[in-house]
Amino acid sequence: MYGIVVYFITGLLLVFSLIASRKKTLMALKKAWRSFERILPELIAILLFVGLLIALLNPETISQLLGESSGVWGLLIASAVGSITLIPGFVAFPTAAMLLDNGAGITQIALFISTLMMVGVVTFPVEKKYFGTRLTVLRNTMAFGFSFIVAELMGMILR
Amino acid sequence: MKAKRYVFPLAMATVVSAVFAADNQVGRNALSITGSSFLEMLSVIPPIFILLGLLDVWIPREKIISHLGEESGIKGIVLSFLLGAAAAGPLYGAFPIAAVFMKKGVKFSNVLIFIGAWSTTKIPMFMFEMGSLGVGFAVLRLAINIPGILLMAIVLEKTIGKESIEAIYAQATNMSE
Repeated sequence: MYGIVVYFITGLLLVFSLIASRKKTLMALKKAWRSFERILPELIAILLFVGLLIALLNPETISQLLGESSGVWGLLIASAVGSITLIPGFVAFPTAAMLLDNGAGITQIALFISTLMMVGVVTFPVEKKYFGTRLTVLRNTMAFGFSFIVAELMGMILR
Repeated sequence: MKAKRYVFPLAMATVVSAVFAADNQVGRNALSITGSSFLEMLSVIPPIFILLGLLDVWIPREKIISHLGEESGIKGIVLSFLLGAAAAGPLYGAFPIAAVFMKKGVKFSNVLIFIGAWSTTKIPMFMFEMGSLGVGFAVLRLAINIPGILLMAIVLEKTIGKESIEAIYAQATNMSE
């Protein structure tokens, strides 16, 4: 749905741009394609890898591993799965809700959601291309640590 | 040289095919998940790159600097937040945008705030989160994340140091040429 809006706005702006200057528009499109092609191989590999990873993990096992009383191990697993995988939000939130219904703890789920969104281990090769290794490592490490704070706070307040 | 870059995805495709041969069901699941991620990618990434191309040729550096550059202050911070929050799509979609921002002279902490906001305060996702996990969960997470993103941006900027920041700007500019 949101995608349609984005495509529509892009199309509209492209038309305006074409009317204003054919040459500049072609330049913009060329730049767009070049930048896209630059990360495409990594992107394809990442999407294939994540599909495989998630298919190999089964949801019932995850629910058990992330249970209310799973303690430190549950937190470690939640953060590892969240950090490594790359799941679209429209899949992740319903999955998280399902895991909660199946007995997963709120702290564990908050940690999973937070690391999922902020930490990107598999997208490391892409991020590194833009920002270099040092910033990429620092950003992800900090986001990882921060996710624990978010999760602990949420667990304390929502329990 | 160009073909070499596709070794990595081809290797991955071979692994997936091998899994498919070993266990048909797992292979099928893997491909369906990859398919849905691929659709998510296609729903926003190509327009993002086109919008970036347009931004690059039409909007002059001075204009961006005045709104988001070194002297942009609170206005720059709020604007960076809003730009990130209005986004859609996976985090890796934010990287090329951040790169063009750096090329156009956006302040480093604002770039970090933009990435932070994109990663976890996206408005369309927030709506969806409220629907799935409840208003309390979504609002509380947002309330903790907003100061967290600001704090992380400041700490990251201080930790990384001036020289590294310059190198990162050079690399980002190179990536968006």
